[in-house]
Amino acid sequence: MAARVLTGIPASPGMAEGPAFIWRRQAPFVRRRTGAAPEEERRRLEAARSAARAEIDGLRARVTTTAGGQQGAIFAAHLMFLDDAALLSRAGEAIARGINAEAAWYDAVEHFAAQLEQLPDPTFRTRAADIRDVGHRVLVHLSGGGEAGPALPVPAVVVASDLSPSEVASLDRALVLAVCLAHGGPTSHAAILARAWGVPAVVGVGDPLMDLEHGDVLLVDGDRGEVIVAPDEAQRRAFHDQAARAARQERTARAASGEPALTRDGRRVHIEANVGSVDEASAAVHAGAEGVGLLRTEFLFLGRSAPPGEEEQAAVYRAIFERLGSRPVAVRTLDAGADKPVPYLPLPAEANPFLGYRGVRLLLDHPDLLKVQLRAMLRAASGSRVRILFPMVATLEEWRRARALVEAVQREMRAAGPAPAGTCEIGMTVEVPAAVILADHFAREADFLTIGTNDLTQYTMAADRGNANVAHLNDGCHPAVLRLVQRVVEAGHTTGIWVGVCGELAGDPDAVPVLVGLGVDELSMTPAAIPRAKAIVRQWTFEDARRLAHAAVDLDSAHAVRALVRGRSPQDG
Amino acid sequence: MKTVRIRVTNEVGLHARTAAVFAAEAARFASAIGVRSLARDSGPVDGKSILTVLTLGVEQGHEIEITAEGPDEDAAAAALETLIRTDFAGRL
Repeated sequence: MAARVLTGIPASPGMAEGPAFIWRRQAPFVRRRTGAAPEEERRRLEAARSAARAEIDGLRARVTTTAGGQQGAIFAAHLMFLDDAALLSRAGEAIARGINAEAAWYDAVEHFAAQLEQLPDPTFRTRAADIRDVGHRVLVHLSGGGEAGPALPVPAVVVASDLSPSEVASLDRALVLAVCLAHGGPTSHAAILARAWGVPAVVGVGDPLMDLEHGDVLLVDGDRGEVIVAPDEAQRRAFHDQAARAARQERTARAASGEPALTRDGRRVHIEANVGSVDEASAAVHAGAEGVGLLRTEFLFLGRSAPPGEEEQAAVYRAIFERLGSRPVAVRTLDAGADKPVPYLPLPAEANPFLGYRGVRLLLDHPDLLKVQLRAMLRAASGSRVRILFPMVATLEEWRRARALVEAVQREMRAAGPAPAGTCEIGMTVEVPAAVILADHFAREADFLTIGTNDLTQYTMAADRGNANVAHLNDGCHPAVLRLVQRVVEAGHTTGIWVGVCGELAGDPDAVPVLVGLGVDELSMTPAAIPRAKAIVRQWTFEDARRLAHAAVDLDSAHAVRALVRGRSPQDG
Repeated sequence: MKTVRIRVTNEVGLHARTAAVFAAEAARFASAIGVRSLARDSGPVDGKSILTVLTLGVEQGHEIEITAEGPDEDAAAAALETLIRTDFAGRL
């Protein structure tokens, strides 16, 4: 067979070679009987559901640990379907009529799956697949065995049309070299798990993928979204050279991740982490974070019926500060809103939550809650370098009121006892365009400014991050956004304060050199992005980065900016 | 029997997580709970079953009608109405 190249959507980075293992999901063979004994069939169904429940619980725990709570939640949903009253009632009625458990259960599942498939909204239709997934699992137990998912006998590249959450979770991770799917997208369950596992994946390759055969040698490039089938020697060599280069870069980046990031001509750029929990803080240090540029505190406030008290908050802040040691931690005060509601703060439903009652505007109407949070922070901070961040500040009045509250709390604490040791800087996230435009004013009154590029990009491009139709506009590399960053940096530096960036852009490899060149002092990103960001900083001289930034802000599109950065990037070692 | 009509404001409508919370809340009460989608003119379905609630296909902005019939119908109707009105505040 001649070599062929199939292309799809890159879904998980990395490169791997291996034999194809083709997985074709078997339609379940459902044996039908009538005249069965209802008692016996009910017992069998119960036993099968119990076994399925135990399995799903196990999967949920495993997947939550490897890929996070949201992925694990899919299995929580499966558990609810498993015990659904209407489903059980329907299956139970069939069993009472003498139908065997397999057929009764299968028919009930199909009934609901079919109804969901009729609905116009595609997200409801995907639930049909979930229900069938649960249904299939129980059927497997009823028939006393069978495959829940691909069972790899040797390390292989899993090739399938699509993989349900159960099928992916049942894979033996040690044997999976790569994943290739004919359908699916970068946010499908299989892709997310592949990324969490660090295994290359290409999805949406199309039906030709399913013409492959067991054992076909495949070269999978998860960065480019390419699958080379039956490569010749030259292709294999080129592929492995590229893979070795990439692996070397990765190793170097990891090794150097603990060191400060200095440009080749000696300018230091502080690389810090955005975290939202104690565990993430630990991961951040491990990844080489020089501090926490953004500690989101919502995890303390959401999902409960009353706000956390001072003691409880202080304990959590203390745990985080301890893990960070002498590294600075910027704590953002509660940033709640209609999209992140807390039941004990009255939040009317809003048509436009991102332009609504949220962030500091909400918090200032609840000074007691804010003061508790500030006191907890300051108490826990003794001996640490703490920074306080106010979210979504739009006006100087808001800023001044917020700052006054911090000072009031500090005064009260000093009056009550010895002043807490350690430093405390007070700043804000710059995300509202008004704050960017008046950055010179804010710079004169704040100890630092950090730019929240996620929301800033959203407001600047007038495009909702969550809206698939306009998501393409939400690119922080757009020169409009870069010029706003430039403005804030200039305002900060003119006054003599430092400026950071804490949105996703900070960790975007295309953006890092530009932000460095604009003079950004600190980049705060998800921990996983830290080693690469440091490696990039070290490749550039500040002079070249400045020239790059200067050129970038004059371009006319995000696409042009990215092309410029890639074109000018120094060769990797 | 108590009847409540209310518009669902959640971004995902009555979908997996919201449908689950809704069904779990309905299941707390002894009364029979029915739900109809006024936007699609579908139902009534059993409000205590996530699957049947899902099949209503309630999207953001759709109006639904909740009926509660039984010994605790007042409490049930009020609880479910509050749940939707506060957009599942804190429950998701």
